[in-house]
Amino acid sequence: MREEWYDFNTGSWMTDINVRSFIQHNYTPYMGDESFLTGPTERTLKLWEKAKALMKEEHEKGILEAETSKPSSITAFGPGYLDKENEIIVGFQTDKPLKRGIMPNGGIRVVKKALEAYGYSLDKKTEEIYTHNRKTHNDGVFDAYTDAMRKARHSGIITGLPDAYGRGRIIGDYRRVALYGVDFLIEDKIREKKLLEIPTLGSPDIRLREELSEQIKALKELKEMAASYGYDISRPAKNSFEATQWTYFAYLGAIKEQDGAAMSLGRVSTFLDIYYERDLRHGLITEEEVQELIDQFVMKLRMVRFLRTPEYNDLFSGDPTWVTESIGGMGLDGRTLVTKTSYRILHTLYNLGPAPEPNLTVLWSVNLPEPFKKYCAKVSIDTSSIQYENDDIMRNYWGDDYGIACCVSAMRIGKQMQFFGARANLAKALLYAINGGKDEKTGEQVGPMFAPITSEYLDYDEVMTKFDQVLDWLSELYINTLNVIHYMHDKYNYERLQMALHDVNILRTQACGIAGLSVVADSLSAIKHAKVKVIRNEQGLAVDYVVEGDYPAFGNNDDRVDQIAIDIVEKFMNKLKKVKTYRDAMHTLSILTITSNVVYGKKTGSTPDGRKAGEPFAPGANPMHGRDKKGAIASMASVAKLPYKYAQDGISYTFSIVPKALGKNETERVDNLVGMLDGYFHSRGHHINVNVFDRETLLDAMEHPEKYPQLTIRVSGYAVNFIKLNREQQLDVINRTFHER
Amino acid sequence: MANYGRIHSLESFGTVDGPGIRFVVFMQGCPLRCQYCHNPDTWDVNKGKEYTPQELMNEIIKYKPYIDYSKGGVTFTGGEPLLQADFLLEVSKLCKEKGISVAIDTSGFIFNEKVKELLEYTDLVLLDIKNYDPLVYKIVTGVSLSPTLKFLDYLKEKNIATWVRYVVVPNLTDNLDAVKKLSDHLDGYPNVEKIELLAFHKMGEYKWKELGLEYKLTDTKEPSKELMKQIAEILSANGKTVTSNK
Repeated sequence: MREEWYDFNTGSWMTDINVRSFIQHNYTPYMGDESFLTGPTERTLKLWEKAKALMKEEHEKGILEAETSKPSSITAFGPGYLDKENEIIVGFQTDKPLKRGIMPNGGIRVVKKALEAYGYSLDKKTEEIYTHNRKTHNDGVFDAYTDAMRKARHSGIITGLPDAYGRGRIIGDYRRVALYGVDFLIEDKIREKKLLEIPTLGSPDIRLREELSEQIKALKELKEMAASYGYDISRPAKNSFEATQWTYFAYLGAIKEQDGAAMSLGRVSTFLDIYYERDLRHGLITEEEVQELIDQFVMKLRMVRFLRTPEYNDLFSGDPTWVTESIGGMGLDGRTLVTKTSYRILHTLYNLGPAPEPNLTVLWSVNLPEPFKKYCAKVSIDTSSIQYENDDIMRNYWGDDYGIACCVSAMRIGKQMQFFGARANLAKALLYAINGGKDEKTGEQVGPMFAPITSEYLDYDEVMTKFDQVLDWLSELYINTLNVIHYMHDKYNYERLQMALHDVNILRTQACGIAGLSVVADSLSAIKHAKVKVIRNEQGLAVDYVVEGDYPAFGNNDDRVDQIAIDIVEKFMNKLKKVKTYRDAMHTLSILTITSNVVYGKKTGSTPDGRKAGEPFAPGANPMHGRDKKGAIASMASVAKLPYKYAQDGISYTFSIVPKALGKNETERVDNLVGMLDGYFHSRGHHINVNVFDRETLLDAMEHPEKYPQLTIRVSGYAVNFIKLNREQQLDVINRTFHER
Repeated sequence: MANYGRIHSLESFGTVDGPGIRFVVFMQGCPLRCQYCHNPDTWDVNKGKEYTPQELMNEIIKYKPYIDYSKGGVTFTGGEPLLQADFLLEVSKLCKEKGISVAIDTSGFIFNEKVKELLEYTDLVLLDIKNYDPLVYKIVTGVSLSPTLKFLDYLKEKNIATWVRYVVVPNLTDNLDAVKKLSDHLDGYPNVEKIELLAFHKMGEYKWKELGLEYKLTDTKEPSKELMKQIAEILSANGKTVTSNK
């Protein structure tokens, strides 16, 4: 046994790369409450003050600093520090904290545009190289896009596509570096590559051999990067500090190399807890010191930065990085995976104050230890910074060592990745059904040409027949578009290090998405249960609708409309499945908009539910603003009905409530929130963001942002700093349904 | 058997009318005319939407997981729910079959054989005692106090868990002598588990205007924290738990 592994229980993890086995053999479930937690150390506070000062400056300037010539890579930059004296966990993406690197492999134009937006200019030489000598992902994609794909992208029926930047939503198993050391991982990759010396090398084998070579190089670079900070990560971590630092180095390597939309961390807290427990047992560390490691680790995660264009910020606002950490959950053997470090990482929200990153995600099970449930509820009520996802559902699909990438995408750590596919605007698709494939804003023929609906009042069966045709067209176009994107991403912007921290044979998912679900469900409900009159312009294009009478709206726990929503999800998923995917990825679907519900709304004309042109959609799977009239539980009960089976990439629901409506005092609020979460997840809800605050607080924060530097709110699948949203998005958040009875 | 009840509205996430998460049924119709009423739209016995007991039960049952996990239940409020005791009896029986706890929020003004039968299926009564001085009671509500006290006696006799609720309105229900007498009176009622003090608020004022009714408390302020505390202290002199929402 390696000396670094002393006092660990043995298992198959010692010979095979199997972090789950290590965890299962060694972790200590914790059933107690939060009373053991400690406050921040002096060093942490000093360091955090410095970080906050930099963040303040950054907020005022837009970005603090940017690299303009040297493309980022694992080893491009020497070591960077914030405050060597107080800094325990070290490492930044570039040579300075918060300085943004450039990653032109995704696309040079986006880099140039982003730099210019903040008053920087891209180095001529770099621009030339990535224009003439080194092809980018973005160039590859546009070389292969068909006319139909370009049109669909332009009209916004499919948008948010990762065709000009890193796709993200891949989680390296960063824990492997701590547990095994890099040399062991390299040996394993060499062995796997050797196994691919086979009689007939087809193109998949050739591609894989090339990828393995890249992975090995990336691992070597990772060692080099850590060495520049004075650490030898070729061997396993031997104590609490090293386990934390090694894990962070692995993650840091990934974010030095890739700027994917979501660069999630995985599920590290219970893994790290094993090292902490061992050192505590041997008297090598104190609780204060453990918390200090976690606080400082989290502080680094709060300082992850990527360079984005203003257009990108419109889609995903508030500068998110989705450093998602999945916490808690239950093991397949019935033991809880909650450990003391599950508490410690949540406790950073008190020690350092609330923050959107890392995206702390509690994997909820009705069987979680009661004290932990209550602590989570308390943290939600105090900070509005955490989200919850249904471990009781996901464990059945993904086992007990999966993590969440981005907002709601579950994947088995180190064994699965996804081809991120953004989303299709189904509200627009419905309008195409009515207008014979013409875009309702431009009149352009984007979809296939077929007879538009010409009647004065919409007929449900006629609309459904045509909607079905549009969805056939859309699903085929959508999958093929994603195939182009991911083919090119693998070719020109391959995630060398992240994939080095995966098994060789992995499950890939083709993660499609739906935007505007509640708009479509309500529209169809209005057509079915009320009367919808069509207003056409001079060209005969349907541009507006008048709803006569009432209709049941999604969000009132009313099957007459909820069933429509369920049917759409199932129908669209089944259509997607018919189309072959790149690398035989498994089709999945999410109902998630992030903050793009505002942009989607802008790009979509009036809809038959009474929503006017340009008005925002509801985020994710949420009911439309103000139409859920039976209270909070009725609203979430509608969402809980949406079938995970047909939306395995996640179903996002955002819930906001004023403290008073949750209960009369703190104890009641905690108990009621726990009861609500248990009820929701028992009813098979998949995800929920919980916000607890008064509308007045948000209004005040709009007027006086300086008073609320850390005000954090949950929006569709992630958290943001409220003051970093633009005014339009702030208003959207404020106008959303607040449950306040 | 009542074949339908009149219901003003339903709320799926009640957290202030009994323990845990409550499915709250606002019943239509009320014989009282409380000056501070925040639901005057529930007064008229002829309004509301008709539900059969089974139809209402179909709504309630949708929320059972939330009710179960939070140890909550159904709360009938209004309006005066006991005006429709027939209907409530049928629904409560159905609730009991499904293991759902039933609370009734009432002024205790209606008391008859049907109500007695209903109370057999009731787990908790939220009894609103608007004032303990009969004259003030009449001014506040337009009706007399004595039925409420008789109702309370019956709850004691049957040992039905009761939370007494008292709304604090400055210059109306802050007659401290009467509060003291109420405290003494409740001392003799072991079934009264808790006293809930509710601060007067004007969030229902707009409804009075919409209904063309004259709202007499326009100039009345919400009670101060000090007043709430003072009244809470008097009421807890009998050793009972007193909670306050302000």
